[in-house]
Amino acid sequence: MNIERLVAMANDIAAFFDAEPDKAVAAEGVRFHIARFWDPRMRREIAAHAVAGGAGLSATALAAIKALAPPANSSNQ
Amino acid sequence: MYAKDYHDLGTPLATGDAVTFEIDGATVTVPAGTSIMRAAALAGGDIPKLCATDTLKAFGSCRVCLVEIEGRKGFPASCTTEVAAGMKVHTHSEALTKLRRGVLELYVSEHPMGSCPDSSRCDLEHLAHEHGIGESRFAGPATARDLHTPKPVDASNPYFRFDNDLCIVCSRCVRACEDTQGTYALTIKGRGLESRVCASENQPFLESECVSCGACVEACPTGALMEKSVITAGLPQAAVPTTCAYCGVGCSLIAEVTDGAVSRMVPNRNGRANQGHACVKGRFAYGYATHADRVTRPMIRKRITDEWREVSWDEAVAYAASEFRRIQAQHGRDSIGGITSSRCTNEETFLVQKLVRAAFGTNNVDTCARVCHSPTGYGLKHTLGESAGTQEFVSVQYADVIMVIGASPTEAHPVFASQMKRRLHAGAKLIVVDPRGIPLVKSPHVEADYHLRLLPGTNVAVINALAHVVVTEGLTKEQYIADRCELDSYEKWKKFVSDPVNSPEAMEQVSGVPAAALRGAARLYARGPNSAIYYGLGVTEHSQGTTMVMGIANLAMATGNLGREGVGVSPLRGQNNVQGSCDMGSFPHEYSGYRHVSDDATRVLFESMWKVQLGSEPGLRIPNMFEAALDGSFRGIYIQGEDLAQSDPNTSHVTAALSALECLVIQDIFHNETSKFAHVFLPGSSFLEKDGTFTNAERRISRVRKVIEPLAGLADWEVTVRLSNALGYPMNYTHPSQIMDEIAALTPTFTGVSYEKLDRLGTIQWPCNAKSPDGTPTMHVGSFVRGKGKFYVTAYVPTSERTSSRFPLLLTTGRVLTQYNVGAQTRRTANMAWHSEDRLEIHPHDAEARGIEHGDWVGVTSRAGDTVLRVEITERVAPGVVYTTFHFPESGANLITTENSDWATNCPEYKVTAVQVVKVAQPSAWQMRREAEIFAKPPATERVT
Repeated sequence: MNIERLVAMANDIAAFFDAEPDKAVAAEGVRFHIARFWDPRMRREIAAHAVAGGAGLSATALAAIKALAPPANSSNQ
Repeated sequence: MYAKDYHDLGTPLATGDAVTFEIDGATVTVPAGTSIMRAAALAGGDIPKLCATDTLKAFGSCRVCLVEIEGRKGFPASCTTEVAAGMKVHTHSEALTKLRRGVLELYVSEHPMGSCPDSSRCDLEHLAHEHGIGESRFAGPATARDLHTPKPVDASNPYFRFDNDLCIVCSRCVRACEDTQGTYALTIKGRGLESRVCASENQPFLESECVSCGACVEACPTGALMEKSVITAGLPQAAVPTTCAYCGVGCSLIAEVTDGAVSRMVPNRNGRANQGHACVKGRFAYGYATHADRVTRPMIRKRITDEWREVSWDEAVAYAASEFRRIQAQHGRDSIGGITSSRCTNEETFLVQKLVRAAFGTNNVDTCARVCHSPTGYGLKHTLGESAGTQEFVSVQYADVIMVIGASPTEAHPVFASQMKRRLHAGAKLIVVDPRGIPLVKSPHVEADYHLRLLPGTNVAVINALAHVVVTEGLTKEQYIADRCELDSYEKWKKFVSDPVNSPEAMEQVSGVPAAALRGAARLYARGPNSAIYYGLGVTEHSQGTTMVMGIANLAMATGNLGREGVGVSPLRGQNNVQGSCDMGSFPHEYSGYRHVSDDATRVLFESMWKVQLGSEPGLRIPNMFEAALDGSFRGIYIQGEDLAQSDPNTSHVTAALSALECLVIQDIFHNETSKFAHVFLPGSSFLEKDGTFTNAERRISRVRKVIEPLAGLADWEVTVRLSNALGYPMNYTHPSQIMDEIAALTPTFTGVSYEKLDRLGTIQWPCNAKSPDGTPTMHVGSFVRGKGKFYVTAYVPTSERTSSRFPLLLTTGRVLTQYNVGAQTRRTANMAWHSEDRLEIHPHDAEARGIEHGDWVGVTSRAGDTVLRVEITERVAPGVVYTTFHFPESGANLITTENSDWATNCPEYKVTAVQVVKVAQPSAWQMRREAEIFAKPPATERVT
């Protein structure tokens, strides 16, 4: 996957949740959204990008992605 | 005229209290306000009529329907005389017969017996025959017919012709144009014997303001206005009720069949969605179904550079299945996926997503709703609790204020627009929020009270400013909110919108909407008392599409405008089955009924029914599939009824992704831009060739019925069944009703739906279950589906797509009335007479600054690509904004649009692209290359035999 595109998508999601004054709540909103709507390969790649420093990710997006659980093992390998 | 066997009651339904009176000695009880004519017809004793029909208000001009009323002088017209308690009416007497004969003879003097192309469809000739009139005593030299100036037959409209000499000037056509369609294109010109029906300023129909809805043709009691297809084909041998395959209004139609072919399509007068009306597409543009371009034999090829090879169904399906399995064996289960179509039935979309989840074993399924209304599903689900509009169309008749946001109903949803105009003519107020001067802003007898002409991309700024006014001026419905909404979310939202940064004055700098107009519009909407919002793709196709949907729901909740007739939030769906395809579990993260794949209880239910283990992780969305194709992790796809290469944004990106696929299986009725990249072509079936259901924008489930046999031998659902069986996952359906039974068994909002019930009730609006056995016309009555309505903070985040010195104009896109989406259907009909190319609308100031004149070719360049279009200079667009449609592949409109998308759903931001426009002398390189390819290698097509 194009990591720049994934970063842009994550930042767009974060821009919505950044309206939330509590930054922890905002990050949780982003994390939950990505967990619910992103295919596992996308989550794995953005998570790896975050581990590598998360270049380009906004603070909220980075916090959210760091909190992402690994994809379930039961499908979408 | 309408269907030959239709019992026309003469005047519209009345709804008053019961009134009992006597007619020809029989006691009859009808609602107060009912005409004598209608009461007589209901009692089984039709009164002769010519100018009356039950779709139009009584006019009282023909004088054929005279009756006698005891105690009253003279012979009143039964169409304009209402029944009264105790009244005694006589519809037949010697005196009445003599009067009627005299009137009919006068008509026959202008319209001789046998002059209609089809006398059996002429009410006048039928009545004259009944009254024993063979010829008129007034016939002969210098008769009325000879005295008026003869007019040539107007055959300019491709679908019907107008013969003045057969016209009896009853005004039914004029009234149909005014009352049914609301266009006011027809009038009566001249006086006495020179009185004649004219279109606009006595112009040919094609050149006039006529929108070719056909209401006038249907209303005509003679052969003056008649469909050309009827003149050619004659009387139908069968009539099959079905549902239109164009926009999300989902009109109920009756297909008349002559010698195995559709000879005419008429709107069903019992159709709840369309109320007996249709448009130029639904009524007339069905010829594509038997167009010579239809592909009727399966084809395969190893590489996309190879020639297509026609093969049997078995070979094509087996090849597709083997390729999919080969790819999965080499690259993993999730290296393939599928796309369902909003042009296919509920049953077909359900089957495709089932095939992907159960037979492919992946959740990589998506639908074309991704690129139109996916933000609607997300936004309304989160705020109100259900991913659908809240009303039925007839609700608009109870609205006091109508707000139309990012939609042009007269162009994209014309039959609903006629209903809306009827309400506006009756005095409802109108607010239009749109960058463009859509026709509703100012048209005959309609003028918007406010046109908030915002800059493309600033919807959220405007909805927040509207909310700011409502909140800061105390216009919220506090008790409604206290009873029905989450109060902590309300308080948070209230604080947010009250911030001066969201005031109309602050946002005027952003949106370009004058603060005073915005304040006025907000007050009008809030004070209603019944205010309804209708919106379209001008809301959803933005980077903040979902935010805007939430903003709309916030505003409606705050003003108490949800949960009853006359109010609500209604998305106007683009394609006929967008709602249905979403309902049927076409999205990669959810099953039918909008339940997430990670929900264990739901997944177990599906696993139990489908006898297979299902994945708990969301699959890829369409744009993600493109990215995955380019990185090599996604290599095969089954696409039913969608032309990704034309309809999706950033064409170069899309075609690069499609080129990277190892197996692209396309199922469609025509070759298209996407099939250029396909390895297997499975011939599709049109809506006329299969049984099933569509669900329209009102959540209304309507039956689609087979009118003709599938040209390729199989309906679409049968093809999916074969593919699934070839993949080793058995499907044993023998009729789509069995698929609906499975949907009902698995989907809580559909548990009460069956073909038997649909046939009995006509249509059903979901939810239809034990709680609402006959369906649910209005959602959220009493409480919201999610329990308490939730307000979301909707901060305005400017799109990254901004103007610059290099790209100083903002391009936005839309549709025209006569074409439909990518044009695959309508480009293959006579609708080309109205719109044969996409044009770029540009404001006179911007044109002048660039030395561009009307009709010039211009290059349109964005950061994504460039194309060339012909220019139309118009003030419909504001300075700094340009607009085009996307109906023709050669226009390459999506070469320019970018990969920007909605934050929540990845719905593309079609509505905002920064561009430059310059005058050019030749097509773009892409267009020349495309034309050369077509010239060098015409697409493989089969002529229908």
